[in-house]
Amino acid sequence: MKPIRKQRLGLILLMLAGVALAVTFALKAFNENLMYFFSTTEVVEGKAPENTLIRLGGMVVKGSVKRPGDGMTVHFKLTDFNKEVSVEYTGILPDLFREGQGIVAKGRLDKRGVFVAEEVLAKHDENYMPPEVADSLKKQKTTPTRMEK
Amino acid sequence: MSIIPAPVSRFFHRMASPPIFYAFADKLIPWLSLIFIGLTGAGLYLGLFVAPADYQQGDSYRIIYIHVPAAWMSLFIYVLMAICGGIALIWRMKLAEVMMVSSAPIGAGFTFIALVTGSLWGKPMWGTWWVWDARLTSELILLFLYLGAISLYGAIEDRRTASRAVAILVIVGVVNIPIIHYSVQWWNTLHQGPTVAKAGKPSIHISMLIPLLLMATAFKLHYAIAVLQAAKVEILKREQNTQWVKKLIEGNS
Repeated sequence: MKPIRKQRLGLILLMLAGVALAVTFALKAFNENLMYFFSTTEVVEGKAPENTLIRLGGMVVKGSVKRPGDGMTVHFKLTDFNKEVSVEYTGILPDLFREGQGIVAKGRLDKRGVFVAEEVLAKHDENYMPPEVADSLKKQKTTPTRMEK
Repeated sequence: MSIIPAPVSRFFHRMASPPIFYAFADKLIPWLSLIFIGLTGAGLYLGLFVAPADYQQGDSYRIIYIHVPAAWMSLFIYVLMAICGGIALIWRMKLAEVMMVSSAPIGAGFTFIALVTGSLWGKPMWGTWWVWDARLTSELILLFLYLGAISLYGAIEDRRTASRAVAILVIVGVVNIPIIHYSVQWWNTLHQGPTVAKAGKPSIHISMLIPLLLMATAFKLHYAIAVLQAAKVEILKREQNTQWVKKLIEGNS
């Protein structure tokens, strides 16, 4: 390579390294804000603020979904396989909402430590398979759905 | 240059000449189109009719046969543009500039398709059209980077100066590419994690994976065809006062 080209290559690499470094620091600084939701452990450990609008993500605990009263209000528990949080929601749930499914709820933590949701979104996992395969996996007692993180 | 075999290096040197590239692209496009049609037909048929429904999403998951290849292309084309930009800056190679600026509108198109199909799928599955999570936001920034490259190229009169400015913008923007790819692992996002592009076995059934890979290859060919067409036009615009272009036009009329 000719010296002038080497110099240009060096400048480009230097520029790229500088930008990458700056972006890394910026992302590190804003790490908290880039998290789309809090995990249930973070909420139980008190890292999430009380009575402010936050998002909570987790897996719906099997057998925890209850519909007391008129049927529009749903009570369920969310878990990240470490700590559980009770959630209360009134409204229409998305198609993918079911027990064992990962979801993200937007709402407020009340004084009882119950999360009162205003909006519930289903978080889809990265697994795709035909129903028959899912059935046979269930028979082998391995759960096909799991929550990332 | 010793690591690159001599015939390969000779091929690239020949291709750097616009008339030779122009003629080569002309010959290549029909063949690429033929393979593209075959792959798209096979991919869509296997994806929409043969592949089974998903155990949770039913038939709605079939949008991945457009959404995922388009999203992959949006990253792939950008990296390619950055490489062309680097070559254009270091070696001042005209053809690298042409490939870079011709790729931008195509990449923007794929990014747009990925965003729109994702949104259409997100409404029934997640329950919302759009969320500001790390994956969706970084992909939107990618669209703006593409649009920025297109506008910057249009804003500067001299094509060679404009290309160098675009090359710098594209190379700076390349830091966004790993952010998009790893966003689902670095942060809690609503968007799911990687299914295919990860260490270990893809978490998708083989009958669903094959059409996906067919479609991904078809999209790559579509890009190749589109970029060669666009590059031909760009070359004609840049070389409009040269002898070979005059001869070409006289020969056609």
